[in-house]
Amino acid sequence: MFSYYLRLAWISIIKHWGLSLVMVTAIGLGIGASMTTVTVNYLMSANPIPHKSKVLYNVQLDSWDVNEPFNDDGSSPEQLTYRDATYLMSAKKAFRQNIQAQANSVIEPDGDGALPFMVSARANSADFFTMFDLPFIYGSGWDESADANKEQVVVLSNEINQHVFGGENSVGKSIKIGGNYFKVVGVIDYWNPTPRFYDISTGAFEDSEEIFVPFSLIAEEKVNRSGNTNCWKPPGDGFQAFLNSECVWLQFWVELPNEQAKEEYFSFLSAYVEEQKALGRFERPLNNRLNNVMEWLEQQQIVSDDAVMMMTMSFMFLVVCLLNTVGLLLAKFLGKAPEIGLRQALGASRRTLFAQYIIESGCIGIAGGLLGLGFAWLGLQGIEVLYGDMLKGLTGLDTTMIVSAIALAIITSILAGLYPTWRACNVQPSQQLKSQ
Amino acid sequence: MQELGLIFRALLRNKVGALLISLQIALTLTIMVNAIFMMQERSTQMQRPSGLDEANLFHLRNTIFAQEYNQQVNLEDDLALLRQTDGVVDAIQINAIPISGGGWSMGLKTEPGVDTSSTGVAVYMVDDHAINTLGLELIAGENFSPTDIEWRPSGKTSWPAKTIISQAMAQALFPDDWQSAIGKTAYINNNEPMQITGIIKSLQAPWNGWDGVERSMLVPYKMESSGSRFMIRTEPGRRDELMPIIEKALSESNKGRIIRRITTMDETRERSYRGHNAVNKILSSVIIVLTLITGFGIVGLAMFSINRRTKQIGTRRALGATQWQIMSFFMIENLMISSFGIILGVAGAIGLNIWLVSTFSLSPININLILFGVVALYIVGQIAVLYPARKAAMISPATATRTA
Repeated sequence: MFSYYLRLAWISIIKHWGLSLVMVTAIGLGIGASMTTVTVNYLMSANPIPHKSKVLYNVQLDSWDVNEPFNDDGSSPEQLTYRDATYLMSAKKAFRQNIQAQANSVIEPDGDGALPFMVSARANSADFFTMFDLPFIYGSGWDESADANKEQVVVLSNEINQHVFGGENSVGKSIKIGGNYFKVVGVIDYWNPTPRFYDISTGAFEDSEEIFVPFSLIAEEKVNRSGNTNCWKPPGDGFQAFLNSECVWLQFWVELPNEQAKEEYFSFLSAYVEEQKALGRFERPLNNRLNNVMEWLEQQQIVSDDAVMMMTMSFMFLVVCLLNTVGLLLAKFLGKAPEIGLRQALGASRRTLFAQYIIESGCIGIAGGLLGLGFAWLGLQGIEVLYGDMLKGLTGLDTTMIVSAIALAIITSILAGLYPTWRACNVQPSQQLKSQ
Repeated sequence: MQELGLIFRALLRNKVGALLISLQIALTLTIMVNAIFMMQERSTQMQRPSGLDEANLFHLRNTIFAQEYNQQVNLEDDLALLRQTDGVVDAIQINAIPISGGGWSMGLKTEPGVDTSSTGVAVYMVDDHAINTLGLELIAGENFSPTDIEWRPSGKTSWPAKTIISQAMAQALFPDDWQSAIGKTAYINNNEPMQITGIIKSLQAPWNGWDGVERSMLVPYKMESSGSRFMIRTEPGRRDELMPIIEKALSESNKGRIIRRITTMDETRERSYRGHNAVNKILSSVIIVLTLITGFGIVGLAMFSINRRTKQIGTRRALGATQWQIMSFFMIENLMISSFGIILGVAGAIGLNIWLVSTFSLSPININLILFGVVALYIVGQIAVLYPARKAAMISPATATRTA
């Protein structure tokens, strides 16, 4: 029977092709628009490190000005001062801990004619590589002793290794960075978490860095720090004064394997802040925060307002398209009242009629869904053209999205078909036959 | 006029179809009005002048990596080279580029001390060529003199004695009489005094989304910094020709640094407002498509209701109804359906706006915009129903005598 209903649906769709086209297009546009905006939102709020997002915690302490909160909502600064972060680092109270900041430098490759070039760098401590699971092609990260001894070691991205060493195993070789020679200890494969959760102070959708160097070299001024810096008190002249200042510019992450470790670490933070209060710092109320990756991204609201507004609009748009479809289906099915009456008189049960018209609605839904996928693809291409690298990596259509688009199309069109079908099945055969 | 009651009663016989169209119109109005409103807000922001001679400006980054590099001598050489190049009007070293997104801000106050609140201001560190290079308009006071310019080593945090501020900053500090700012003292870092010696008409901050985007200050500094920027103004029409020449000249004059990111001010503006532009384009396509869908929906439903009523229409024609009467029947019917939708839509538009205002801190909607939406949707409805209504009017009176 199913194939028979399919054939009936096909005949009916073809017979009223204009109307069917309007319905399919409307569903397609609605699905396309919603899928486009949902994809952007979904990718913006994706979990960048799913297998570890629950054990990695960002640390926030409120060292800010007593007169004015850092954020209007009263939350703590997103970054730490050098004083606090280096203390937490040396206390080693967490299973793993990692201090980091954005930096940049110039690489001067050996050989004549090779031009010096700028690289974006991350100054981090040894645990960075294990905590965030960086994929190594050659070698590995450095160990804690390299941090402590301020060794000039570096981990390169695959791209830089290609550029400087032609892609060969460069572990053990040296490279001139910012005028000093650094020993290569590892080369990582492509690694670009989206969002770039470990440092969103310089943009949540930026690329990850090209080289990684020990954080302890920042104090030696062997690498230039960069990134976002905020001060509420003049730091005073000179670099040492800056390091001792109340300026926040560092990201601090810890790995805590379970809830108990988290509670212990939290009380350690509270104890530290209380101690500092006694020294006249941390004049604001106690406001320490320990957020895991997803809580952190949620708190930082990295999904842009524009994306949320667009998604709301696109869902309303989908509703308009569906209302349109309901109206047109209703008109179409009611137009068939004489036919329905005839079939009922010839013995068709309401159930079979219902099945037939629901199948017709479903067919329109599938066609609309496929068209919608096409529109979503076009929409994402359009967004990529309009935004360029601003939304890099956020405009891909994956299997989850494709399946949901089709499912959404079928479900919504069947829902849209329910009322018209019900009305059509309630046709009085006698009345229809009389008017024939 | 007694026809109105007739049309209304006929309409009630097909409530659901009419209701569906009304709801579509209501949602279309809701979305349309708010989308246009959001577009207008963005357009207004984009149209604010930066205060710069944007068409003839470009900038580049000068990144020093050599260990032995005499920053003071080399900066003077660079500036001399730039300023002597044929076709260059003037050039400066600067710490940040307006509307580029990244820069430096401080707070200024009129009374010293830690307890008074300060007004945020964007800081541009420049020399006495800034006003000429950027194309700024000095409306009060005077420019810096060459002797005002101090060297600023990296890491220095105290400030020079003079500053030139934008008019918006002067208004923020001295709301009663901004012109009185000339000669007054403003305090930076809570209690370091700076004398205001000039006011420029406008100069935007690096952050276009900041509510203080018009507040900025010029500070007489030449920076010793391994990562500074140069801003270069060319004679009209010669920018594109000079960019590669200058890039080459600077790169070759000194090998201890890298010249990179050579960018026109036009491109900086495009990048700065790319998100705004994108949103506006998306919203305008949404409005167009939505209107089309609603229009086609009206056409489809009207066609079907006419098909169903062929016999009745034929009968009315046979009884002497004119073609115009038949047409006006459907047009009035549409007017009724539209009106219901529009009433709902106005409520919806205001509701959505209230949500947008509370969630995304937009400003409340303008009532004229709602009126515009109402008129637009009435017109769309009437245009959409025109074709089916004409078809109805063409139905011949003879149909009345046929069966089915």
